[in-house]
Amino acid sequence: MIEPMQTPGVWEILTLRGGHNTTVVLVGALLLGVAAGVVGVFAMLRRRSLVADAVGHATLPGICVAFLIANAMGVEARSLAVLLPGAAVGAVLGLLAIQWMTRATRLTEDAAIGAVLSVWFGVGVVMLSAIQGMDIGNQGGLKSFIFGQTATMSERDARLMGGVALLSIVAVLVMFKQLRLVAFNDDFAASIGVRVALVDGGLMALVVMVSVAGLQAVGMLLIVALLIIPPAAARFWTDRLGLLALLSGVIGGAAASIGALVSARMDRMPAGPAIVLVAGVFFVVGMVAAPRRGVGAGVLRHLGVRVRVHADHTLSRLRLPGPHHVASVMPSGVIGRLVRLVLARRGWIRSEGSMVALTDAGEAAAVLAERRRRLWQRYLVRYADVAPSHVDISADAIEHVIDPVIVATLEAELAAESSAGSGA
Amino acid sequence: MTPQQLPPGARSLLAGRPEHSNLSPLSVHSMTVAYNRKPVLWDVDYDAPAGSLIAIVGPNGAGKSTFIKACLGLVPRASGVVEFWGQPYRAARSRVGYVPQREAVDWDFPVSALDVVCMGRYGRIGWLRPVTRGHRRAASVCLERVGLGGLAERQISQLSGGQQQRVFLARALAQEADLYFMDEPFAGVDAATERAIVDVLRELRSRGTTVICVHHDLQTVPQYFDHVMLINMRVVAAGAIGVAFTSENLQRTYGGRLTLLAEASEAVARAERGS
Repeated sequence: MIEPMQTPGVWEILTLRGGHNTTVVLVGALLLGVAAGVVGVFAMLRRRSLVADAVGHATLPGICVAFLIANAMGVEARSLAVLLPGAAVGAVLGLLAIQWMTRATRLTEDAAIGAVLSVWFGVGVVMLSAIQGMDIGNQGGLKSFIFGQTATMSERDARLMGGVALLSIVAVLVMFKQLRLVAFNDDFAASIGVRVALVDGGLMALVVMVSVAGLQAVGMLLIVALLIIPPAAARFWTDRLGLLALLSGVIGGAAASIGALVSARMDRMPAGPAIVLVAGVFFVVGMVAAPRRGVGAGVLRHLGVRVRVHADHTLSRLRLPGPHHVASVMPSGVIGRLVRLVLARRGWIRSEGSMVALTDAGEAAAVLAERRRRLWQRYLVRYADVAPSHVDISADAIEHVIDPVIVATLEAELAAESSAGSGA
Repeated sequence: MTPQQLPPGARSLLAGRPEHSNLSPLSVHSMTVAYNRKPVLWDVDYDAPAGSLIAIVGPNGAGKSTFIKACLGLVPRASGVVEFWGQPYRAARSRVGYVPQREAVDWDFPVSALDVVCMGRYGRIGWLRPVTRGHRRAASVCLERVGLGGLAERQISQLSGGQQQRVFLARALAQEADLYFMDEPFAGVDAATERAIVDVLRELRSRGTTVICVHHDLQTVPQYFDHVMLINMRVVAAGAIGVAFTSENLQRTYGGRLTLLAEASEAVARAERGS
């Protein structure tokens, strides 16, 4: 059954000339990654990612029991046809235990998940050592379920994995509308007659299917990573659910196939960690580089706000009677240099040596900025109950954010106030 | 808008009640709801008059949202009967719309405003059918009715709180229901949104639709609504504004919360001047 795989070069594998077996394993891993990415999106949006972790761990006792039963009955105990159903039963029992604990006791879900995850896995490890102590042949492969090993996968195993993965992808496509509705707003879904428990059950069934299918290739400890990391990485790049699912599937597929390739190439390298590492690279790249949602974009945005606010302040200081020394009207350091750069670029200031002054255009801009600030202050006072969510003091124009009718009212008030002020 | 006739053989469980009529869009009889043995609503009896705007008013924790959720079967009832036009909810579901509290969902969810409004059509689309162009058109008409025509493709986290509330309202409109439950649609919204919601409510009433609305702002109750239901774990009073929205009833509902009472008596005085 287990034939040691000859180790073809990376290039040969990539061009599908690395032998039939390798190609099948690679395609199987690819499908598994896509399925995990797509299913994982909904697990993430429904906040079930940790449950998926418990599912993975909970398969171990199921596998051991299935192995023992099959062995006692004299069936080929290493066969996946025996072990995978056992894994699925173990996972489902774990899920039911989590559900029952959160309903019947006052435990919160995270505590229930933690308890089930560790107890099930602990039982599994104890059983595994017991099995290793017994005089049963052909048990060596059991351990590979923990970290995954693509190098020992047979073609039949890979076909099974790919088939289950394909099935789960189709199931997600069929249930897409319902999954989205329930994940976004379960109460509303229930009110229009969607059976929320059924949809959630379907999602959990998909998580179990993917986890069990991936046991051999990725291993039970890290299969959860394939369900969590690709969706999280893809989320940095898009706000569209369809695109998110697609992107997550692509990242999952890429991570799984690259990782599987590495593991197939190096005999001692378990596939799970290799796959997770590749997925992790995608995640880090997204986290750092993604526009809008990435960390880098956040830093830039924050810098932009600071420069805008300081530029406004600088303009109003420059309106005071001069002459003005740079150090007295502008902040020091990087921000100050940026402010000076921005204002000079727009032609709002001119500087001679260490002295600065407003240009005519700068004078006009300063007046506008002042008006804006006054309007916002007035708005905050007048509409204190709703204001904070709208306020953007240095936005280009208050009219872009606030209802024009309100702006007109505020302006009329300001005008009345300033004419009363000049009269007094 | 005409009440559906009961199918032959079916009999309303409440038919024996003197004040009950099959015309009533919502009839609640001795409904009790409890969370973990702690009762939240006791023995609620209520018949909603058809074609009116009804405010549910009461202090925090009085069970206002729970009342709506129990009517819709979203939280289990310990006892009691709820009927819609003389039928159980399952049979009347397509005629009932629901606007949950805005805080009930994650607004960072990856969908557009139009996607959310389309969810209002799911009840009539069915399990396996896709959302067709016709449904999307109907949904964008609903977005225009709440003044968000230009924001259909906007991701929902990019909307202001008031705009998000209007998206929820548009989703309810897309349900084309004859009875609506709305859970605090006015909470924390800007003036433009408040106007838009009031306009929609009045338009619905003019078509004979009934709206039951949890409302926080006592001052605007007489201005926006025809009927009021005062609850504090039980129904303290219910009826037309002129009859039920009195300072005595408010006192019984809110107990000794004085700041609120000052506000309320002002509102009552205005209501009395108005009538």
